[in-house]
Amino acid sequence: MRPRAFTYHAPSSIAEVIDILEQHGAEARVLAGGQSLVPVMKLRLASPKHIVDITRVPALDLIRGDDGALLVGALATHEAIENSALVQAHCPVLAEAASHIADPIVRNRGTIGGNLCHADPAADFPLAAIALGAELIAAGRASSRAIPIDRFFAGFLTTALKPDEILTALRIPKPPPHSGGAHLKLSRRSNGLAIVGAAVMLAMDDDGNCTDVRVALAGMGPMPIRAAAAERALRGNRITQAVIVDAAALAPRQTDPPSDVHGSAEYRRTIAPVIVGRALKLAAERAGALL
Amino acid sequence: MSTITVTVNGVVYREEIEPRLLLVDFLRDNLCLKGAHIGCEDGVCGACTVIVAGRAAKSCMMFAVQADGVEILTVEGLAQGARLHPIQEAFTEQHGLQCGFCTPAMVLSTYQLLARNPDPTAEQIRRGISGNICRCTGYTNIVKAVAAAAVKLRGAKASDAS
Ligand SMILES: Cc1cc2nc3c(=O)[nH]c(=O)nc-3n(C[C@H](O)[C@H](O)[C@H](O)COP(=O)(O)OP(=O)(O)OC[C@H]3O[C@@H](n4cnc5c(N)ncnc54)[C@H](O)[C@@H]3O)c2cc1C
Ligand code: FES
Ligand code: FES
Repeated sequence: MRPRAFTYHAPSSIAEVIDILEQHGAEARVLAGGQSLVPVMKLRLASPKHIVDITRVPALDLIRGDDGALLVGALATHEAIENSALVQAHCPVLAEAASHIADPIVRNRGTIGGNLCHADPAADFPLAAIALGAELIAAGRASSRAIPIDRFFAGFLTTALKPDEILTALRIPKPPPHSGGAHLKLSRRSNGLAIVGAAVMLAMDDDGNCTDVRVALAGMGPMPIRAAAAERALRGNRITQAVIVDAAALAPRQTDPPSDVHGSAEYRRTIAPVIVGRALKLAAERAGALL
Repeated sequence: MSTITVTVNGVVYREEIEPRLLLVDFLRDNLCLKGAHIGCEDGVCGACTVIVAGRAAKSCMMFAVQADGVEILTVEGLAQGARLHPIQEAFTEQHGLQCGFCTPAMVLSTYQLLARNPDPTAEQIRRGISGNICRCTGYTNIVKAVAAAAVKLRGAKASDAS
């Protein structure tokens, strides 16, 4: 269980990172916190010839306000996000998801950018980012571009990033008033990936009618997905316990959960409504709904 | 090959290494510091935990080159001569270990936990050490040891202040 040999690069600017990625193409791989890439290399599932450590690029870990939105740098660690007062004020569901990832030691090193770019269908940050409708900022040779989160995941462990692009930040719009979010998951170990996970964001008008809702699921297919049928059952309706239960029951619609050692597809389909129902209830309460 | 300069337990080392060398192998094989143990090699058990730049890290999940220019603390750096660190004292007094395989890492996770939260609840202790697996103790005495260490460290701080 030792990786194959590689050349190590530790550039100190984004431009240098892009240079090295362009030069080595598919043989190069970005290294951030290493909490997904190092195990992959040890198992030799990937053996990049060039490792580009981006952690020496300054300021990529900043978390700051940006014209009403929140910018979270790709190198912000799970631990920094969990404990950030800015994140807790702007979008507490992101801090909640951070606190549910792995354990305190992994959270010290793992980064949100690495978690999103690894694109594990069972990972936690993708769910929060989908629920919050985040935009991902990618930097390439010529310029940077914003990728809506709904177009970022392209398949199992695959994203819309080009080989010579890196993720530099997430831009999270300000949630509307009377909104609330929640992240929940079922896993076997306290520091394990979700068997089924869910993050939701829900907004209401003054009368308690659902004006907007986003429900994201983990463990229900080859990539993180939205539970569109469940969302439709909520949008426009008055939020009650019964409406939530009915909507949550639709969560497994149009999903393709795997069967593996952690649980069968049938088990995941059975559990998804439970997790989604609990998350919706929590989010509705946080939004101020009287259920 | 890459050349790295790291400070481990206050001693500066300049070593030529292969970039693929894991930090845990560097500590154990190049520096002969055997306190960081290898359990799972997979990032799960936490037996290889050391403090890197002030933060607990699983040293099987890092390449040694990533530690270039950084300060590292291992369990060997805690005692002062024959005098154990208060956390180590608490683990011995409260029977916070049986075989001892998980102990250096447990002690270092405790070190980080108490630096961040000097007066944790039992629940916070359990969460704080949740990256470290112990197959012997059932954790009860470890939680007691961490609580006892917290009392000792708060006492030491209060007497420093007065
Ligand atoms: C014991 C354990 C338990 C875990 N439990 C969970 C869990 O419960 N939930 C969960 O979500 N995750 C879990 N993880 C995974 C963990 O969250 C990782 O930290 C995270 O998935 C990867 O982040 P990283 O910074 O370590 O990325 P790395 O491992 O450095 O990189 C991961 C991938 O992303 C690419 N990459 C990284 N940064 C960028 C960037 N800025 N631009 C472009 N590409 C980039 C790399 O090339 C690589 O392919 C666990 C890991 C361990 C070891
Ligand atoms: S040996 Fe490093 S986490 Fe188990
Ligand atoms: S004391 Fe044996 S593993 Fe913890």
